[in-house]
Amino acid sequence: MIKKAKKKTSKKPASKKQLNGAEALVKCLENHGVEYIFGLPGGSVIPIFDALVGSKIKLILTRHEQGATHMADGYARATGKPGVALVTSGPGSTNAVTGIMTAHMDSVPMIVLTGQTISPMLGKDAFQEADISGISMPVVKHSYLVKKTNDLPRIVKEAFYITNTGRPGPVLIDLPKDITSGSFKGSLNPKMDIPGYSVPGKGNQKDIAKVAQLFKASKKPLLLIGHGAAIANAEHAVRALVEKLKVPVVNTLLGKGVFPESSPLNLGMLGMHGTAYANKALINCDLICSIGSRWDDRINGNNDEFCIGATKIHIDIDPAEIGKIVQPDVSVVGDARFVVEELLKLVEPQDTGKWLQEVDFYRKEFPLKYSDDEGLTAQKVIDELYQITKGKATVVTDVGQHQMWAAQFCLAEHGNKFISSGGAGTMGFGFPAAIGAQFGNPKDLVVAICGDGGFQMTLCELATAAIHKLPVKVIVIDNKYLGMVRQWQELFFGNRLSGVDLEGNPDFVKLAESYGIKGVHIDKVEDVHKKLTAALNHKGPVVIHAEVIKEGNVFPMVPAGKSAHHIIIEPPTTQLEKPTGST
Amino acid sequence: MAKSNIKKKDTHTISMLVANKPGVLVRVALVFARRAYNIDALVVSPAVNPRYSRMTITAKGDPDTLDQIIKQASKLIDMIHAEEHSDVDATHRELALLKLKATAANKSAVAKLAKKFHARIINESKDAIIVEQTGTTEDLDAFEALLKKCGIIEMVRSGKLVMAKGKEET
Repeated sequence: MIKKAKKKTSKKPASKKQLNGAEALVKCLENHGVEYIFGLPGGSVIPIFDALVGSKIKLILTRHEQGATHMADGYARATGKPGVALVTSGPGSTNAVTGIMTAHMDSVPMIVLTGQTISPMLGKDAFQEADISGISMPVVKHSYLVKKTNDLPRIVKEAFYITNTGRPGPVLIDLPKDITSGSFKGSLNPKMDIPGYSVPGKGNQKDIAKVAQLFKASKKPLLLIGHGAAIANAEHAVRALVEKLKVPVVNTLLGKGVFPESSPLNLGMLGMHGTAYANKALINCDLICSIGSRWDDRINGNNDEFCIGATKIHIDIDPAEIGKIVQPDVSVVGDARFVVEELLKLVEPQDTGKWLQEVDFYRKEFPLKYSDDEGLTAQKVIDELYQITKGKATVVTDVGQHQMWAAQFCLAEHGNKFISSGGAGTMGFGFPAAIGAQFGNPKDLVVAICGDGGFQMTLCELATAAIHKLPVKVIVIDNKYLGMVRQWQELFFGNRLSGVDLEGNPDFVKLAESYGIKGVHIDKVEDVHKKLTAALNHKGPVVIHAEVIKEGNVFPMVPAGKSAHHIIIEPPTTQLEKPTGST
Repeated sequence: MAKSNIKKKDTHTISMLVANKPGVLVRVALVFARRAYNIDALVVSPAVNPRYSRMTITAKGDPDTLDQIIKQASKLIDMIHAEEHSDVDATHRELALLKLKATAANKSAVAKLAKKFHARIINESKDAIIVEQTGTTEDLDAFEALLKKCGIIEMVRSGKLVMAKGKEET
């Protein structure tokens, strides 16, 4: 089957004409307020691409299906609305799997439309046939293989409802070509039929009252804010709760900004590469209340030693998260915003002065630091980005060392202003996700921070940024290594470097220019401020190639599998034992 | 196949009411497989309302993982409900078919045992006899153990079926 070539568009068919499945599908997507579809065509989805001609939905042609899913993901995270990706059958659909898994791990609402061979050929190894509903089953919230054209509106309606209620997650709709080509005779607004799906509501009032009691009894409380709080739009409620209780806050990578990180009450990110003071607060609190975090192994390396003696409270919309990792003393299953709003009514202001002094001591004693003495560091570039933008930019990261430095130095002021692949750790996510975020918020300054490794995984989307003249900025932190793995090999494997040298990197400035995009090169400490400011003020897309020292390491670091007690704040002088944790 | 006490403790029976749609079984099975939890027996049958199916799953493993499995399975969109049942709150039955050589000795031995275990011979040919037994898993285990000396050629068991006692929903 040929991939669809660009041709002059023929006139739209007469409007009274009977709809086919693809046209009904596009109508439904329009009715659900879809602004953009990120996708790449192929034989099995030609009817859908055809139906998109003349639709008010803007089709964004990507250069790879992984890019399409990450763009839909970035769009969703930036706007709170489901992102939509459209890919063809077979390899088109399998290329999308990484993006689906990434969205699933981070509870991102996304609709993925995949083409499929015609129904009579299902399971007969037809050309470009892949059992994508089977392949994707473990990484979707739900999926459909459509069997009747008339079912399309119901399925689309259910998919949009499922993807963005409760704990969000991607929904895949597999569309055999005969279904999208077949004539449509159903209703465009049918009833949903999902008797097995219910959305947890406001939380049990008795449980919330218990939480309030526990706060009352606590001298050293700590709030742990996760992505769930951002998803639930709990910002106002959380802020009010923190102000009322005068409780210090730590956040996960994806919980950044729900409570402003510039506030003296915010200790920043906790966990493996979190701030030392956040981790010290974690060790020394007598109560920890998680709002929408899942206590994952980046923040809780060793469950047996996690917050020993502290009262643990877990607020989550997903009942399966309760007790999965940490056994809480009290849990509330419900929407974070409603639960916190209720809790706010029940708690009373407390004297946490001494505790705040203690955490302030940690903050002063163990600050984040870096030095300009050895040359340009990634931290300098990222810190400077923050100093220029002061939390006003949407920062989208890729995965690796730069991601952790971004988490440390780019403080976030709102929940949707720091976008990163947290659970999945998907390299190649950052740049396309930033494109999606920029489409979603066209007036915002969106800056992708990528490593030289991850950027090269999806850099083909430079074309997508270029043709749409998106003002997205990409900072490529180039240390010519797969830096995080190199760091582990240095610290834990006797510095035997294996498979981490990125010799052969392109000239990123020339690369950008070859796409018609402005390229900027920075390799000196004294140039950073000026060049970065100019690049950020440029109207169109810019690739900022920051050549940094090769062997920078991210500290603090809690070795995988260990508790926060084992935090390494300064670079160690001796070889460390191999970590027991996973990655 | 006598089970030790420890293994018995780790055997769980889960009853599920699911949407009667293609792929639901795979979704349920994946929740178990992903956590390296082995399914020993599985029965799928239509529910009273044909829109739904009933699954009864017997599986061995630690209770914490099972708890997580039930919670994760409950999140499946096609899952109406999932619940673990014990012998206290639910009654259970299983069916076995056993094939033995049709010797005279076997016939008389089977006839004697069958009476005791409420089993019956449902097919006789010149080579083999087939015995059907319905009972609790323990009854079936005991019958099988006693029949072993006659030489069981084949055995097929249905897997456990459970039903909650009284008003409680299965």
